[in-house]
Amino acid sequence: MRAPQSWNRLPRVAPEKVLVLSQRSCALPSMAPRPLLPYGNGRSYGDVCLNDHGTLLVTRGLDRFIDFDPQTGLLRCEAGMTLAEVLALVVPQGWFLPSTPGTRQVTVGGAVANDVHGKNHHAVGSFGHHVRALELLRSDGEVITCGPGRADAWFAATVGGLGLTGLIRWVELQLMPIQTPWMWVESQRFANLEAFWPLNRRAEARWPYTVAWIDCLAKGKARGRGILLAGQHAPPQATPPSFKEGCKRVPIDPPLSLVNRLSLKVFNALYYRQPVKPQGGLSHYVPYFYPLDAIQDWNRIYGRRGFYQYQCVLPPEAAEAATAALLDTVARRGEGSFLAVLKTFGRKPSVGMLSFPRPGTTLALDFPNRGDKTLRLLDDLDAIVCEAGGALYPGKDARMPARLFQSGFPQWEAFSRFIDPAFSSRFWQRVTSGNE
Amino acid sequence: MNSLKRVVIIGATSTIAEHTARQLVEKGASLYCIGRNPDKLQALLQDLKVRAGDNQRIDGCVADLLDVDRHDALIETAEQALGGMDAVLIAHGTLPDQQACQRDVALMRREVETNALSVISLLTLLGNRFEQQGAGVIAAIGSVAGNRGRQSNYVYGAAKGMVAIFLQGLRNRLAAHGVDVVTLKPGFVATPMTADFDRSGPLWAQPQDVARGIIKAMIHGRGETYLPGFWRWIMLVITHIPEPLFKRMTL
Ligand SMILES: NC(=O)c1ccc[n+]([C@@H]2O[C@H](COP(=O)([O-])OP(=O)(O)OC[C@H]3O[C@@H](n4cnc5c(N)ncnc54)[C@H](OP(=O)(O)O)[C@@H]3O)[C@@H](O)[C@H]2O)c1
Repeated sequence: MRAPQSWNRLPRVAPEKVLVLSQRSCALPSMAPRPLLPYGNGRSYGDVCLNDHGTLLVTRGLDRFIDFDPQTGLLRCEAGMTLAEVLALVVPQGWFLPSTPGTRQVTVGGAVANDVHGKNHHAVGSFGHHVRALELLRSDGEVITCGPGRADAWFAATVGGLGLTGLIRWVELQLMPIQTPWMWVESQRFANLEAFWPLNRRAEARWPYTVAWIDCLAKGKARGRGILLAGQHAPPQATPPSFKEGCKRVPIDPPLSLVNRLSLKVFNALYYRQPVKPQGGLSHYVPYFYPLDAIQDWNRIYGRRGFYQYQCVLPPEAAEAATAALLDTVARRGEGSFLAVLKTFGRKPSVGMLSFPRPGTTLALDFPNRGDKTLRLLDDLDAIVCEAGGALYPGKDARMPARLFQSGFPQWEAFSRFIDPAFSSRFWQRVTSGNE
Repeated sequence: MNSLKRVVIIGATSTIAEHTARQLVEKGASLYCIGRNPDKLQALLQDLKVRAGDNQRIDGCVADLLDVDRHDALIETAEQALGGMDAVLIAHGTLPDQQACQRDVALMRREVETNALSVISLLTLLGNRFEQQGAGVIAAIGSVAGNRGRQSNYVYGAAKGMVAIFLQGLRNRLAAHGVDVVTLKPGFVATPMTADFDRSGPLWAQPQDVARGIIKAMIHGRGETYLPGFWRWIMLVITHIPEPLFKRMTL
């Protein structure tokens, strides 16, 4: 079997063994090389899902529903089911995921283990806030059912716990009612970062979903210009528009990244000039939440060498200045990112000890892998994040230094007591091994 | 076009069968699922119940299909539960360790029991019921391995070949009675049965794609169906290699 990779195809390492799980009733393997690590659908960017010296437990075969009550919206399913599979069942019955990341291709277990968030974090918190219970299988055979008000410490360790506390076998989620699969969306251009902040504050007060796209190559007075997208679930329509999902595919690995200075400049400039809809318009939930899901294997456009994601969170006091400094650094190097995404998190404290979402601003960038040059840029960005007292998102990291992880996740040592002795990951070894 | 409103799946906890079951439920079918492992069967039935609408019936029971004496009662119960049978799919099987079978006659016979005799026992009973009802589809999963004996797995191949020839005869017999008999011949499918194989290479299929092919073949009452279809051409070549040459090949 081809070695499972992470979505940014970095680092390229193969586990000793790959075990495909297909039944939630099965025990964990006792003979397979250790450590063990669950692997969902390979949508994280980096090495939280990689385990080069041990065994990957591929969970996609745990893809069964267990219970769903269409009256209350309480859903229980196995952890290897993707959000796409959940949505296919529940949307026609008037329910939706209360929190969803920008792709439906993640597994439910992966969404818990990375405590993923969506464009509505300011309104509803992150994925973990909507988990009612989950079941954990430990390597000694112990089965732990935890949730809010039930084995709380285990729950806090497992939400955002990067798959290290044991195998999540099933998850129970409280879904959110919707009236239609449609979204009402407004978009608005802003001329620079200074204009973004007040606009964003107003939008957050009115809309459950907000996110901004930034042209990260724009400099000077235009620094931080972009488009703010605000949305909400649409009420029933007299004549609902039609929607047919298409799917394109990147068929090959180009030898070089198609994302380069020239294409970035053109793309960013065009994106900024796209027609905006200040009066609002309807959009089906699929293109609204999951625009990239329409292009299968889109990660291939970065070529064989893969790419780095860089997502940080900056505390509220430092956010404005640090965001400006990050954008300045990126623009100065001309190493722009395809989609720079800016969003502010709400104040709701996260459930998990290692959860990434916290009050402040989050900026997400991606960079084609150009070796040392890219790494040096990321080091410079680290310095700004560190200075601001921020943190990087483990699920999107392939290179942060141990000390940045440890300062960004001060509970990491308390967390480590909950790690299953037979579990580990390349990420965990990297960010806890010594202090350079 | 056959209606697949009430379908009995035998060996339903097989991965290929499970995906077929999900897709049938999505198309509005009621199902009766027979499987050996109680935990797996329960997980399967829970899942199908969540996927099914209020007017679809999902039911099943645990049975080891080597227990041939139970077969008639199982079919009767299934038919009663669904209020009739439009179609049956027989999916259970095991992939024997060929070398172990060479050393152990009892093991070899058990593998033939599972993969051939239990299947044709069911087919015998089902053939008579469907002949009487004068409509419907009987489908069973064979394998491309049943087309020619190869040193690496001829016990499995012989058993699957027996099923294929039995189905051929049954098809011939029931054609006059309006009953379709479908022989399904998958190639390499990524399921627990093949977990230890190196699955790189273009010949591997996913169980959900094979499941789609199974349903299509059942709806249209196709006779012999290769899944995916390109296996027809591969097997055409393999079965036409002259025996003097073939016996020296390592396949
Ligand atoms: N996978 C392939 O590459 C491939 C290729 C060609 C043909 N096939 C055929 O496709 C069919 C389905 O296989 P699969 O790939 O889906 O593998 P699978 O998931 O391993 O399914 C095999 C199933 O057969 C059941 N079974 C075995 N002996 C039984 C018995 N005595 N009574 C009741 N159930 C029994 C097993 O039940 P337990 O769960 O209780 O063990 C298991 O659920 C088989 O007939 C197989 O020969 C598979």
